[in-house]
Amino acid sequence: MDLSLTPEEQAFREEVRAFFRDNVPAGIKKKLSENRHTTKEDMVEWTRILHKKGWAVPHWPKEFGGTEWTAVQQYIFNEEMQATPAPPPLPFGVNMVGPVIYTFANEAQKKHYLPRIANLTDWWCQGFSEPGSGSDLASLKTKAERKGDKYIVNGQKTWTTLAQHADWIFCLVRTDPAAKKQQGISFLLIDMKSKGITVRPIVTIDGGREVNEVFFDDVEVPAENLVGEENKGWDYAKFLLGNERTNIARVGMSKERLRRLRELAGSTQAGGRPILDDPKFREKLAAVEVELKALELTQMRVVANEGKNGKGKPDPASSVLKIKGSEIQQTLTELMLEVAGPFASPYDIHGDDNTNETMDWIAQIAPTYFNYRKVSIYGGSNEIQRNIISKAVLGL
Amino acid sequence: MDFDLSEEQRLLKDSVDGLLNDSYDFEQRKKYGAEKIGWSKAVWGKLAEQGLLGLPFAEADGGFGAGAVETMIVMQAFGRALVLEPYLPTVVIAGGFLRHGGSAAQKAAHIPGIIDGSKTFAFAQLEKNSRYDLSDVSTTAKKKGDGWVIDGEKFVVLNGEAADTLVVTARTKGGQTERDGIGVFLVPRTAKGVTVKGYPTQDGMRAADITFTGVEVGADAALGDPANGLPLIERVVDEARTALCAEAVGAMDESLKITVEYIKTRKQFGVPIGSFQALQHRAADMFVFTEQARSMAMLATMASDFNDAKERAASVAAAKVQVGKSSKFVGQQSIQLHGGIGMTMEASIGHYFKRLSIIESTFGDTDYHLRRASEAGGII
Ligand SMILES: Cc1cc2nc3c(=O)[nH]c(=O)nc-3n(C[C@H](O)[C@H](O)[C@H](O)COP(=O)(O)OP(=O)(O)OC[C@H]3O[C@@H](n4cnc5c(N)ncnc54)[C@H](O)[C@@H]3O)c2cc1C
Ligand SMILES: Cc1cc2nc3c(=O)[nH]c(=O)nc-3n(C[C@H](O)[C@H](O)[C@H](O)COP(=O)(O)OP(=O)(O)OC[C@H]3O[C@@H](n4cnc5c(N)ncnc54)[C@H](O)[C@@H]3O)c2cc1C
Repeated sequence: MDLSLTPEEQAFREEVRAFFRDNVPAGIKKKLSENRHTTKEDMVEWTRILHKKGWAVPHWPKEFGGTEWTAVQQYIFNEEMQATPAPPPLPFGVNMVGPVIYTFANEAQKKHYLPRIANLTDWWCQGFSEPGSGSDLASLKTKAERKGDKYIVNGQKTWTTLAQHADWIFCLVRTDPAAKKQQGISFLLIDMKSKGITVRPIVTIDGGREVNEVFFDDVEVPAENLVGEENKGWDYAKFLLGNERTNIARVGMSKERLRRLRELAGSTQAGGRPILDDPKFREKLAAVEVELKALELTQMRVVANEGKNGKGKPDPASSVLKIKGSEIQQTLTELMLEVAGPFASPYDIHGDDNTNETMDWIAQIAPTYFNYRKVSIYGGSNEIQRNIISKAVLGL
Repeated sequence: MDFDLSEEQRLLKDSVDGLLNDSYDFEQRKKYGAEKIGWSKAVWGKLAEQGLLGLPFAEADGGFGAGAVETMIVMQAFGRALVLEPYLPTVVIAGGFLRHGGSAAQKAAHIPGIIDGSKTFAFAQLEKNSRYDLSDVSTTAKKKGDGWVIDGEKFVVLNGEAADTLVVTARTKGGQTERDGIGVFLVPRTAKGVTVKGYPTQDGMRAADITFTGVEVGADAALGDPANGLPLIERVVDEARTALCAEAVGAMDESLKITVEYIKTRKQFGVPIGSFQALQHRAADMFVFTEQARSMAMLATMASDFNDAKERAASVAAAKVQVGKSSKFVGQQSIQLHGGIGMTMEASIGHYFKRLSIIESTFGDTDYHLRRASEAGGII
């Protein structure tokens, strides 16, 4: 047993750290540490920087632009990226549909889509959830009927993150209404410019616009946009959701938030001294630090295991990462809110676009707290994670 | 970055597990606990035979030169079986004092007896008013000729009745809470002026309150620097805390296992109660708490190799915080999920709960270590 990194891994960490330090555009870094949203242009700019370095899709196979890093190197890369902070690559392409395409799609699809994902030529969004199908995703109703060399798609997706920027959407659609729930589902790639698609914003409780409803009204999709086999989509979706969970602990990000929290608590006065010097506050801070340290170690254990068992096999223990990771992220936003105190209240009229550079960043504290309730809901809610542990780990 | 055991460590684990499988089920444990000293000399002899009592000592001193990971392996296994024998006070604590602070003569005098199982030790540290503060010492050691005279009272000394030798913390100078002036002394339990009042503890062991009245010991009784022994005490107690964290993880593992098995078989409303989601989620949370505790017990174990003493201490404090929180949750919920049967002496689960509860308040509880971690300036 040994916690330390090998000299090669340490050197790698230094290299990655220096790269992030020197290459994340200052404006983007500032937005991230102040919890403001990045724009589409920010994301494209940053992805191109990563891409030029050859680091846009490090976990992909080498032939599609991957780096063949070990699980530990991949872990170091993610941690350093979050801790800088640098924007994580848009997950819908890089972490979700990309791996589905290189694992299950045909050669023509791989050749066409993968390079465009890697440098963010195409902005992808995820069309899984529907109004009637959240945790019980397999009950989805959006249907695709085969007519000659086309599918005709009708139905509605919802909670579609950043669909307003999207060029493409990957959808789970029902292709066989007669089959049992999971068996009649297919995985379809749909051009957002297709006739019959309507995107309607959903305003979230923080006043932000990150999610949307997407309506499909007789949308024609070329049959060649089907991934893999018809009615096998559920298998691909399970593969995709399994990949989603391993990256969800966000330890590096929470470390960065913790630094930020300490900074703010050190510069905010209460009772003639900084809040940071209040013993009660310090103990709350220490408590969340202990949780975060434990999570970091648990994550390292999962990563070390992945190194041994081979990539892409999600460890059921990664549900622990999702549960604790989201709880810690939420606690940190809560402590931020506590530090901001009465000054958290004023609502910024620019809150809905989140891009106003002149906005006092303290105005983002309450919205972030509100917004972060999402992290225990999406990516498989924390209750669903407990179901997974109780079935897959405890055998109940 | 590697969390695996080496081949040798795996063999050690198999051998401890094997020994306990053969000789430490719940009924056997009851028998051992009923012996006058509160534990079994026969089992202690087996631990000696398998070399477990000599693990951490240097090969030059007759030991195996094993490290913190080996202690973790042993303590985790002991936690799973709720072992009563005085491994912590003898091998971990007295052994730690001898290894880190003992003179060549002291090592030669005491280590062989530990390794061959003929001698056990106890750590007489807690006082009426000291609570968890290691620098709060009222017991005195006054110079007399070459030797020392010890006066004072120590409480809840684990294995205090049966130990051959007591490791006693006593003040050689300074006020009650001063960091300077604390010494460590090796005192024979049968020395003149030592009065031992033994009793059973809540978790099935035996401890004692011990009074020292004009106890005279020689110059060779002082272990390390009698004027500045606190750093040594802090180091050894951190090792004891680390060992306790591992023991607690073992006890949590077993609690979760017993509880999950129970709710799979116990039927109410015509179905196993493990089919109720309210209980499934509770069990899932027990798993989360146990894994977080395991991670931190590993951190504390690996911290013994950290160069920075402050970082080492902060890591142990943080581990004790997580283990304390996890122990409480897992212990309490184990009883809850068992229903009425969990309340009985007859079922093993309650005994795990009791041991976990007492570990929490041994060498500093959750709040104490939270403060310690916080005063160290955080651990992230
Ligand atoms: C900000 C945000 C962004 C999102 N982005 C996307 C996106 O880009 N693409 C996309 O497809 N989806 C997205 N989602 C949707 C997300 O995946 C769903 O919200 C999630 O699957 C939960 O579904 P639901 O909201 O319908 O809640 P429900 O499934 O209705 O759940 C409601 C409550 O019931 C609990 N519950 C449900 N089933 C069980 C069970 N079996 N046992 C115990 N408790 C249960 C849940 O844990 C939850 O607490 C996003 C959601 C949010 C909030
Ligand atoms: C100290 C003590 C004194 C008592 N005195 C008396 C007395 O004087 N007279 C008397 O008649 N009885 C008495 N009882 C018995 C008491 O009423 C039962 O212990 C109680 O009804 C629980 O039943 P059980 O112990 O069989 O647990 P179980 O019913 O087996 O329950 C075990 C666990 O499963 C949970 N559980 C059970 N069903 C469900 C469900 N549907 N959904 C979710 N969770 C569930 C329970 O909450 C519990 O956590 C006493 C018990 C104790 C501990």
